[in-house]
Amino acid sequence: MPLAYLDNAATTQRPRQVIQAIVDTYEKHYANVHRGIHWLSDQSTDLYEEARGKVQAFINSPSREEIIFTHGTTESINLVARSWGDANLKPGDEILLTEMEHHANIVPWQQAAARTGAVVRFLPITDDGQLALDQLENFLTPRTRLLAVTAISNVLGTINPLEQLIARAHAVGALVLVDAAQSVPHLKTDVQALNADFLVFSGHKMLGPSGVGVLFGRRELLEAMPPFLGGGSMISRVTTSGFEPAELPAKLEAGTPPIVSAIGLGAAIDYLSALGIDAIHAHEQKLSAQAHDVLSSIGGIRFLGPGPERTSGIVSFTLERVHAHDIAQLLDRQGIAVRAGHHCAMPLHKRLGINASSRASFYFYNTAAEVERLGRALEDIKRLFRRK
Amino acid sequence: MPIDDDELYQQRILDHYEEPFHRGACPGATHAHEGENPLCGDMVRVELSIDDDGAIRDAYFSGDGCCISQASASMLIEQINGQSVEAVKQFSAQDMLTLFEAKLTPNRQKCCLLCWRVLQSAIYSPVAVGGDHLPDAFCTRAPATAACLWPISTTRPPRSARDR
Repeated sequence: MPLAYLDNAATTQRPRQVIQAIVDTYEKHYANVHRGIHWLSDQSTDLYEEARGKVQAFINSPSREEIIFTHGTTESINLVARSWGDANLKPGDEILLTEMEHHANIVPWQQAAARTGAVVRFLPITDDGQLALDQLENFLTPRTRLLAVTAISNVLGTINPLEQLIARAHAVGALVLVDAAQSVPHLKTDVQALNADFLVFSGHKMLGPSGVGVLFGRRELLEAMPPFLGGGSMISRVTTSGFEPAELPAKLEAGTPPIVSAIGLGAAIDYLSALGIDAIHAHEQKLSAQAHDVLSSIGGIRFLGPGPERTSGIVSFTLERVHAHDIAQLLDRQGIAVRAGHHCAMPLHKRLGINASSRASFYFYNTAAEVERLGRALEDIKRLFRRK
Repeated sequence: MPIDDDELYQQRILDHYEEPFHRGACPGATHAHEGENPLCGDMVRVELSIDDDGAIRDAYFSGDGCCISQASASMLIEQINGQSVEAVKQFSAQDMLTLFEAKLTPNRQKCCLLCWRVLQSAIYSPVAVGGDHLPDAFCTRAPATAACLWPISTTRPPRSARDR
């Protein structure tokens, strides 16, 4: 029985081209970057910086220096919270999040608030899983310094109206950080069209290796931010009495960076670009709509998102009388991988009045036949729990 | 494998899940404890009425979670209802897994042992007179956020470290 891998919102399966790029780098081009005078180091540095250029083009960043390689979305957010947050937040300032955020876009701000005296607020969601935009004016105030919002909810699949959110945040003088971990792999991203101040994402959710992520930040913001981690690479000069930080992007990339992971991410971007991100999104939406149809015909299914027109390839649900972990375990026995639990979004699940949910999340390599299999297996599970 | 042949979801286990033994609040409870599996959020509360001779006159459980956690709770409560506290102390984790019968991966063993863990604490946890017996009270309990707040130095780096 072939595996139906429907857990792409957690992480994706990389193609041979990405794995080969990793192997080639280790076998033929590997040394530390920005250090050696020797040939191998030049090779490695060129490939690493080429990957930065691919990321820049992929999200239409104005310049290479505004692309910071980190170890993932989580680190990217923590970097902003520590560096920008500690330098700019004062007691009484407000950080606005939403009820649909992933823990990675909640906890760093709670920590920053504890350090600075700032206050964390949460924009509510509607019962069908969209941001309550009619309440936005009550939450965006002159005290709001930052709106940190997900582009696509990792549970609901909801695609948020970023352009509107960013424009309204800017109107009260707040900056906006976009958690784009779930959107960059699936939707065209243009940081200039969005007018985003910070935008963060991970490599592994878009065919790249784990251990590499990206922070995009507007140049003037990144230049004003104090270094996050101190160490090698991020300095231009160190004396016994102090240090001078390096120029961007090195200033925010202390230590040996995730060299090979970044190069692998570059190969993943090549692969996605060749397929076309719009075609990927269209395919996923077709699968999502099909999943809604198939699952709707099974009585007792409750969908958590606002429906396929407003969501990406994420379909989360509960099945009456059957716990999410039992669903995931029984699906696994049928060769279908889904996620079960709170998906690192406990406040969202509390808002929805549930403890756990099951999530099927698609990528371009998933098929209509796999969605059919999911539907049949769920019908079997439902029957199993209603034998009497 | 046909779904109906799954050892883990055999009829006996499903019966305990769907028609559990003594699910609810224990009338005249003298002891109670609750716990959860942080990884998956399974929750179980055990309430006991223990008499002066150390006999468990009545045992009840409540909670929310997967089939394994709730069915194992039902089996355990049925097993110890009417037994002595001493017998509960003697009842080991291995006894619990044996009682459950179906083979479990290490992760799901935690689900199976949740109620057993809670029960082992419950026998040492007398409830205050007029105490809180609401079986679902813990479902809405606030998370222990205070304990999560990491003590972080408030020393800040200079506003701009650029000295150019």
